[in-house]
Amino acid sequence: MSYYKNRTLVFKNSYIAEGYTVAGPKENDGRYKGCFDLSLSDDMFGEKTFEKAERRMFEHAINGAIAKANLTIDHIDAVFGGDLLNQIVSCAFAMRNVHSGFFGLYNACATFVESLILGAGMLNNGLENVLCVSGSHFSTAERQYRYPLELGVLRSPVTQWTATGVGCSVLTSRPQSECPKILKATVGRVVDYEIMDTNNMGAAMAPAAVDTFETFLHDTKSKASDYDIVITGDLGKLGGDIFMDLLGRKGIDISGRYLDCGASLYFDSQQTYQGGSGAACSALVFNSEILNNLNRGKYKKAVLIGTGALMSPTTSFQGESIPAIAHLVQIDRR
Amino acid sequence: MLTITFLKAFLVGGAICFAGQMIINLTHLTNGKLLVLFLVAGAILEGFGLYSKLIEFAGAGASVPISGFGCTLVKGAVEATREEGVLGALTGGLSKCALGIATAIVSGYIIALIFRPHTKKN
Amino acid sequence: MKEPITKSNYKEYVFEVSPKSSHLKNLFWAFTVGGTICAIGQGFIELYKYLGVEAELASALASATLVVITALLTGVGVYDKLGRFAGAGSTIPITGFSNAVVSPALEFRSEGYIYGLGAKMFLIAGPVIVNGVFFSVFIALLVMLFGG
Repeated sequence: MSYYKNRTLVFKNSYIAEGYTVAGPKENDGRYKGCFDLSLSDDMFGEKTFEKAERRMFEHAINGAIAKANLTIDHIDAVFGGDLLNQIVSCAFAMRNVHSGFFGLYNACATFVESLILGAGMLNNGLENVLCVSGSHFSTAERQYRYPLELGVLRSPVTQWTATGVGCSVLTSRPQSECPKILKATVGRVVDYEIMDTNNMGAAMAPAAVDTFETFLHDTKSKASDYDIVITGDLGKLGGDIFMDLLGRKGIDISGRYLDCGASLYFDSQQTYQGGSGAACSALVFNSEILNNLNRGKYKKAVLIGTGALMSPTTSFQGESIPAIAHLVQIDRR
Repeated sequence: MLTITFLKAFLVGGAICFAGQMIINLTHLTNGKLLVLFLVAGAILEGFGLYSKLIEFAGAGASVPISGFGCTLVKGAVEATREEGVLGALTGGLSKCALGIATAIVSGYIIALIFRPHTKKN
Repeated sequence: MKEPITKSNYKEYVFEVSPKSSHLKNLFWAFTVGGTICAIGQGFIELYKYLGVEAELASALASATLVVITALLTGVGVYDKLGRFAGAGSTIPITGFSNAVVSPALEFRSEGYIYGLGAKMFLIAGPVIVNGVFFSVFIALLVMLFGG
């Protein structure tokens, strides 16, 4: 592993062998219908509580990813993962039945890209196979971050919808076949532009995404047009527009080569206002649609920016603004 | 005559909710704060004996909104202070509202035993 | 090129580009739904009065009836849908109070009857009781000292 600068890393042998996704019913009614490995018809997943259902999605995604990559659990050296619940319980409890090393991560909705960076880094330090997993569940996040499900409240037009699902990537340092390679990463820093409205997370996160992407272009001395696609995690429609506009004002043009996982996850008719959000968002879309496109050669050089808003209900009630973070990985088709 | 009673209830109740929505639109106040705001407003108005007059005029139009709840609390407390002095201020409000609060608790309890929260589709 | 956005002018920028809720639509539905709920309440008052209940109790009974109906509508998952477009129209009437009591009770029952249902039932409606009692006691004392 070498560095361009202190925030941009270069990996030698980190490959994405497989991706596996478990999606909720609303997600499978959306734009990526049929792209997911398992689509639930009921987001209870046969469990008694939504929390247990979320945990089961993690268990299912981890086992599914290992099997899809023709491995067994004994091949997995470490798991990097997290979710949105307090003490990241969904992921941690799912690991009760997985006997590999576990790194529990929390960077809100940027957790998936954070796990890719750390996993890729560990592969460069001698590990052979690692899992990167991240997910969320609408009905568990809603009561932790907002209100009980049955409370009648007017939703703000800037809100997003927490996606239900789990995505899991198998990273390997010894690929058995041609597969996409994680080449570079820019580690995000916490950026706070003093947005107070917890509904408007896209606006809170957009400056962090701009900061990380700009740093990446600067460190690697590349241009936005060098990449086939720039993907952000869950800025949503509004946040995505702000992201493009802020970059445009800095002379960086990504129009025509930009995709936001959250904004594209649902159809407008599904009434999510600004689109999807949550730790599941980038994990779901990356491990299905984007990985497919990388494997098929539609994308040769892709940049994935995971974005996370790092507030909690406690900090919001205490009148704090919303700090945000964005992590970036560059993935090339070999 | 009955039609006018209903019309008054509809118009006054609607107007109170309209005012609440106006506050939400202008200030992005959360639901909890809005409820407390209207409750305290009703309580203060009743402190001057005004809210009861509105209830006399509009019936349910003024008693059903949460400001009516604040009014009932104050009305009960004030009436009880006349009879029992300082102690009445502490006992009067809640006794007057006991029916509403107990009904909410009991029905909430029973509903929670029967139903489960539903996931949202949109 | 347009002017650069910095931390100092970002808030104004976001305010400008964010979509606003449709004020007129919100206000219309708040008025209509709120008014209708109150009119239904009036219906119960008239009904109880017709059955021979004296006026003040009839009013309290009507509110209690609305509370029970809302609890049921919350249980079957209807009231939250009303709230999505009615806003204050479904929050401010006593039905909104009932919804605020019942919805956390439903949600937190999974944590048991004591620490879940019992402790969390007044998660949202608690401030109403707390502030209501607090202010009513002070107002009553003030009225006793200075007024009527």
